[in-house]
Amino acid sequence: MNFLEVVRFSLRGLSANKLRSALTMLGILIGVAAVILLVAVGNGSAKAISDRIEALGTNTITVMSTGRGGSSSTALTKKMADALIDEELAPDIKSVSPVVSASSATMTYEGTDHAVSTFVGTTPDWFGASSTPVEKGASFTTDDVTQGRRVVVIGQTVAEELFPGVDPIDKQVTVSGALFTVVGVLKEKSSTGFQDSNDTAVAPLTAVQQVLAGYGSLTSIIVEAKDPDKVDAVQSEVSTILNQQLNVKSATSSSRSGSGTSSTPYRIQNASSLLETQTETADTFTTLLGAVAAISLLVGGIGITNIMLVTVTERTREIGIRKALGAPRRVILTQFLIEATLLSVLGGALGVAAALIGSHFTIVGVKPVIVPSSIGLAVGVSVAIGLFFGGLPAARAARLRPIDALRYE
Amino acid sequence: MSRPVLEVQDLKKIYGTGEATVHALRGVSMTVHRGDYVAIMGSSGSGKSTLMNILGALDIPTFGSYKLDGVEVGTLSDSQLALARNRLIGFIFQAFNLIPRTSAVANVELPLAYAGVKPRERRRRAMAALDIVGLADRADHEPNQLSGGQQQRVAVARALVTEPALLLADEPTGNLDSKSTDDVLQVFDDLSAAGRTIVIITHEDEVGARAKRLIRLVDGAIVTDNRQSPIELPPVGAAAAHAKVQSVTNGHLAAGHGAAARTTTGTTYGPASSYAPPVGRHSA
Repeated sequence: MNFLEVVRFSLRGLSANKLRSALTMLGILIGVAAVILLVAVGNGSAKAISDRIEALGTNTITVMSTGRGGSSSTALTKKMADALIDEELAPDIKSVSPVVSASSATMTYEGTDHAVSTFVGTTPDWFGASSTPVEKGASFTTDDVTQGRRVVVIGQTVAEELFPGVDPIDKQVTVSGALFTVVGVLKEKSSTGFQDSNDTAVAPLTAVQQVLAGYGSLTSIIVEAKDPDKVDAVQSEVSTILNQQLNVKSATSSSRSGSGTSSTPYRIQNASSLLETQTETADTFTTLLGAVAAISLLVGGIGITNIMLVTVTERTREIGIRKALGAPRRVILTQFLIEATLLSVLGGALGVAAALIGSHFTIVGVKPVIVPSSIGLAVGVSVAIGLFFGGLPAARAARLRPIDALRYE
Repeated sequence: MSRPVLEVQDLKKIYGTGEATVHALRGVSMTVHRGDYVAIMGSSGSGKSTLMNILGALDIPTFGSYKLDGVEVGTLSDSQLALARNRLIGFIFQAFNLIPRTSAVANVELPLAYAGVKPRERRRRAMAALDIVGLADRADHEPNQLSGGQQQRVAVARALVTEPALLLADEPTGNLDSKSTDDVLQVFDDLSAAGRTIVIITHEDEVGARAKRLIRLVDGAIVTDNRQSPIELPPVGAAAAHAKVQSVTNGHLAAGHGAAARTTTGTTYGPASSYAPPVGRHSA
């Protein structure tokens, strides 16, 4: 009796019990799909969190002055910001954005007033460094900064307040008596905390200094690292240069967490603490995922075990009949193993398909992200369990004397 | 005479140990030659089913030797046993034991498949076997669509499809009504007339009366062994028994025949059976 013949027997065996075969496959399908999807949902939420942290700007540090304003010896200046752009001393710095910010500047457009909570004067690099991309129109250029052109990019809140239903691009607004041309609107940013981060306007540094803040000190300098891993290096590079510039003797610098020591006239805030949090979060999620996947696999596995045992036990009589008709043990075993394999593999494949389809939907507010290894694990374990618990009782039944198998109830 | 088809010597089967020991067979010796039609009778508990299972190589004796077609069965390996069951023995069970949800012809084909016969040849031989038992037109029916008698005839077709040296039937009519019993027994008579070797177990006198040789078993030992008709001739008991059964189905219920008329699901399928005459159904 050749192998093909046995395969045909298995297929006939499966099709003779369509409902049971379908239920067995359903059990495996659910087991596999549940594991893959649960892991994907967990992975998706871990990714969502890390994305959110990433959005805060993990590769930037912010230098702020600790000195009281006015004292020129401790203030941050444009000169210092320029000094930071140094390939020799600071090779890991990607961009430096000096920032002056004026609070409560009033913008006027055709008789409508709006008090902007933060009016920022900076360079074009700021948009990248602070992860605030321009949604509509364009940001200003380096040329605009050097020329001191009065152009402004406004936040969503400002656009809604001043230009309800009107395209704000190329409109003229008055800020403290000076006319600014709106060139762009910022992409909406999720607000964290009490402040509306969309209630903002960004203009060239020079223009803001002319109109609002004056040519005094900078509010802060945002330094962007080339790589999130280089943030610490950038921080020490920045300290070195600033210490040089400000003639600070003690090289203790600021501590990592951003709380400046009193010996330096500036403090550096960085996001590496957030990075650490992110890593911890990811680790926690990995552990959680492992636990969830393990439990799902266990539950799925017990389901498969159950149905396989029931199936073979129920068919012990049939095995007895087949033996009485002269079926060799090898043929019976092969038939049942093929049946178990077909059920497990088909069920597993359908489970993977179901999980892949399911992952396109948002589940409890999380977009699932499939982990490829979870597919392998789920299918592998399910198929192994299916084969083992389908094959073992069949092997046991095939070893019985025909009369014992026939008497089995 | 040629080599006996079946030869058992001092066969013993003991179940359990200690106080719970049951001696199902206490040393049975018998020889069956080619072409014989042997009925083994005995009350329940006489060990006749145990004997049958051993003869069918479904069970193994505790002691004693069993030669099937000259081969000592006890020395065969598992795969050789499978081969012996397939080629030498056709076994018919009291409970039919057809594979459920599988068509009659597929059930009959099964032993041929295990024997490695090609599908086309298999189908031809299975149909021929179904034709012998008069069920060629029911080939595509599944067991649950057949009456008890029809199921048993499918089982008979399955047993004889490999043309085995020995047909063993373990109370083949035990689950059948008198009409179906008659149908199945008629098949046995025909097979015997065609020269097949048949060993049948029964506790019904009508069935025993048809055989060429009648062995009575009491408490695991043979008490009588009567030749009722010559081995070379068709069974003479057949005609007489046939007439007797016919009279029973016509309403004259004989005293000893009550057991044979036990109702099975078979009769409820009466309309589906072209073999049941209208009067036959009244007996159920």
